Amino acid sequence: MANIKELSRRPECLAPGHRLCGGCGASMAVRQVLMGVPEDAVPVVGCATGCLEVSTTIYPYDAWNVPFIHNAFENSAATVSGVEAAFKGLQRAGKIPADKKVKFVAFGGDGGTYDIGLQSLSGAMERGHDMVYVCYDNGAYMNTGIQRSSATPKGSWATTAEVGKDQQGKTQRRKDLASIIAAHGVPYVGQSTVGHWKDLVSKAEKAFAADGPAFLNVLAPCPRGWRIGSDETMLISRLAVDTKFWPLFEVENGKWTLTPVKEKNLKPLEDFLKPQGRFKHLLKPENAELLQELKDDVEDYWKYLEGRVEGSKDL
Amino acid sequence: MSNKAFSATGNQMIAEAMRQVDPDVMAAYPITPQTTIVENYAKYVANGQVHTEFVTVESEHSALSACIGASAAGARVATATASQGLALMWEELYIAAGMRTPIVMANANRALSAPINIHGDHSDVMGARDTGWIILFAETAQEAYDNTVISFKIAEDSQVLLPVMTTLDGFITSHAMERCEMEEDATVQQFVGDYHPKYALLDTDEPVAHGMFANGDSYMKTRLATRNANMGSLPIIEKYGKAWADVTGRPYDLVDCYETDDADYIVVVLGSAAGNVRHIARQLRAEGKKVGVVRPRVYRPFPEEQIVEACKGAKAVAVLDRSDSLGATHAPLGADVMSAFYAAGLSIPAKNYVYGLGGADVTNVVVQGVFDDLEKVADGTLDCDLRYIGI
Amino acid sequence: MKMTEIEQFDSWAPEQIPEGFVCEAGTSELYITGGWRSMRPVWDQDKCTSCMLCWIACPDSSIQVSDGAMVGIDYDHCKGCGVCVHECRFGALELIREDEAEEA
Repeated sequence: MANIKELSRRPECLAPGHRLCGGCGASMAVRQVLMGVPEDAVPVVGCATGCLEVSTTIYPYDAWNVPFIHNAFENSAATVSGVEAAFKGLQRAGKIPADKKVKFVAFGGDGGTYDIGLQSLSGAMERGHDMVYVCYDNGAYMNTGIQRSSATPKGSWATTAEVGKDQQGKTQRRKDLASIIAAHGVPYVGQSTVGHWKDLVSKAEKAFAADGPAFLNVLAPCPRGWRIGSDETMLISRLAVDTKFWPLFEVENGKWTLTPVKEKNLKPLEDFLKPQGRFKHLLKPENAELLQELKDDVEDYWKYLEGRVEGSKDL
Repeated sequence: MSNKAFSATGNQMIAEAMRQVDPDVMAAYPITPQTTIVENYAKYVANGQVHTEFVTVESEHSALSACIGASAAGARVATATASQGLALMWEELYIAAGMRTPIVMANANRALSAPINIHGDHSDVMGARDTGWIILFAETAQEAYDNTVISFKIAEDSQVLLPVMTTLDGFITSHAMERCEMEEDATVQQFVGDYHPKYALLDTDEPVAHGMFANGDSYMKTRLATRNANMGSLPIIEKYGKAWADVTGRPYDLVDCYETDDADYIVVVLGSAAGNVRHIARQLRAEGKKVGVVRPRVYRPFPEEQIVEACKGAKAVAVLDRSDSLGATHAPLGADVMSAFYAAGLSIPAKNYVYGLGGADVTNVVVQGVFDDLEKVADGTLDCDLRYIGI
Repeated sequence: MKMTEIEQFDSWAPEQIPEGFVCEAGTSELYITGGWRSMRPVWDQDKCTSCMLCWIACPDSSIQVSDGAMVGIDYDHCKGCGVCVHECRFGALELIREDEAEEA
C-alpha cells in the first residue's frame, strides 16, 4: 500500500463544497475507499439515495471529480451493474479500447444496503459483476432523521426505536451484513472503519484488485445521529474497534481473517457507548441487564468470527 | 424489401428485431407473457449471434435500474417486461424518462393483480402513460417487429432522448403465430445506425454526473423540458416510421384509419382488438352503414390532431379501453380522446367502453353491440356513461 | 461537458439545462461552505510535520496539500468540524471561535 504522503499526491476524487454535515463519516469513507483505486484505473461511481448522494449532487454543484451516477434508493448495486455491463458490451463492440481500465464502485448507506437495497446488492454480487460495493454504515436512516435500520445496534435510540417507559431503544440485534455477502462466495469482503484509514485503504485496494465483486462494510459515524461532537468521528470509530463492537475482518476467497485488538488498546464496551447520546439510557442502573446483553452479543460475535477464521484456515 | 414470409409469434419477432439491432446491453427478468423474448435472446447470446452483454437480473426493478445505468454509461440498451414486472418498475419508469435514457423496452401487455391473471389487457401499460416514455402499440406480430426497429431510432434521436415502450398484446399477439416478414440483418443495422450518446458516463475524459438533485424551480424546468421532448417526438416518430416503410413497403401512419373519411360512426381502439373491430366494420360497410375504425399506433405522445382529424365528421364515437381508471369517469383512452375533442372544439358524443380485461374475449357480438349503440348515442336515446362489455 | 454561467443557474431557461439534468464534474468547488463555520482550525506551520493525518481525516477535502506536504486550509470550504484538530498529534492545529478569528 502507498504511504499517506504518496496517497496525498493522487487526484482528489471528492471535491470540497458538498453539503454533508461537518465531521461526516460518509465523505471520509468515500475519500479513503477511492484512495484504493489503482493509479492506472479510473473510478466510475454510483450512489444510492441518501445523505451522501443528496449532499454531493445538488445541481449545478457536483462534488464528484469522477463520473458519477445516482438512480434511486434501493438500486445502487443494480445501476452500477448496468454501468459495468455497458463497459463490457461496449468493449466487446470495439467502442471502448480493450486496454482501458475502469473500476466500478457503488456506495450506499446502511438503509440503502442492509434494508431496501439488499436484494439488488445480492443480485449484483451473485451475478459476478466486477464492482466494489461500499456500505457506509452509520447505523440508521440519517438522511430522513435517524430512523432505525437493520444496521442500528441493539439498544440504540432512533426516532423510530424510541426510549420510553416500555422500551429502551431498538430491541433487535444488528444484521450481520458482511457475513451475508460473504455467503455469496464473492472473492473479497472487508469490514473496516474510517478511524482506521490504513486498514480501510488497504482493504479498498484488495477490493479493487479482486477479480469480480467485492464488498466493503465501513463504519462511518454520523455525529448528528450518534449525538457526538463533530470532531469525534475518527475517535469514536476507533473506540468501536477497541471495544470489539466493530471487528475489523476480511474474507479473501473464502478465507476469514480477524484483526485482533491489542491488549493495550482493549476497552470496555461502555467506552464506546458513553460518548454517544444515542446510547445514554443504556448506562442507567435500571438498564444494567440490557447492557450486559449487549456485551454478551459483542463477545458472541467475536467468537463467531474466530470460528470462521478457524474453519477457513486451510483454504 | 423482404418477400420471404414465415410464421412467427409477436415475441419471436421482437426478439429477432432486437437481435438484428444487437444492443450493447440487455438486462431482463422473466415474466409471462414476455418471457419468450428474453429466452430467445438468451439463445442468441449463447450462440454468439450478438455482442450484447446480457444481464440476468433478480427483479424487474433491477432490470430497469441496470438498463438506466447502462444507458447513462453510453450503451444502446434494450429490455422486455409485462404486467407486475412493469408495475414493479414504476419508480424506474419515471427515472428512465427523467434521466433521458433512450432505452427500448418491449411490453407484452397483461392484466394487473388482484386477482392475479396472466392474460392480455392494457392495465399494465396504462400505468406507464404519465411517465414520459414514448409508448407504441402493435396490432400484429409484424407491427411489433417494425415498431421495435424504429423504437431505437426514435429513442436515440438527439431531439428526443427518451425511453420507448414497444408494446404488443399479451398472448393474443405475443404468442399467436402470424404471417410475418423480416428484413435482412444488414438492412436493419444500416437503418438503425450507430448510437452516439450525448453525455456518456464512461467518457471518463469528460466526467459528468447523472441523477443529480434538483432544488428550487429547476425541477419544474427540467420536467417541462422532458414534456417538450415527449410532445415534440410525434413528427420524429412519423419520420422514422415512414422511412422504415420506404425500406419495407409496409405502410406506416401514426394513426391507422379505416374508412373514416365519410364515417358517421367511429370506433377508436388500441392494439390487437382493432382487427375484430375492422372485421365488423367491413360487414357493416357491406350493408351500407358508414362506419370506420381509428387505431393509434402511438399512444404517448398522444396523436391528438390525427385522431381529431379522423373523427371530426362523425355523429358518434366509441372509445374502447382494455383497462380502466378506477375512480375516474373515463378509462385512459376514453379520457384522452374526449380531451382531444374538447381541445379541438368538437362536441361529438363519445361513449367509453371497457372490454377484454384479463384476456376476456372480444367477440363479434360484442363489437356489433358497440356499433349498434352508436346510432342510439347519436340520436340521444342512449347515454354516454362508461360501460363494461363482454361480460 | 463544460457548463457556463453556473452562478446564474436560477435564471437558466428549461432548454439550457442539459438533458437528463446531467452536470459537469467537480463544480461544487464553486459552492462556498466556509460560511457554515462557527469554529475555525488554525494551522501552525512550525509545529506541523506534514504527517497528513488531518488530510486523510478531513471530510471536506479542505486540507490543502502540495507535493506530499500540508500547505494550508481551504477556508472557502472548511466547515470547522474540528476533526483535523482532534487528530493532530503535534499540536499544529488549534480550533478557535470563528467570530474571534474574523475580528483578528
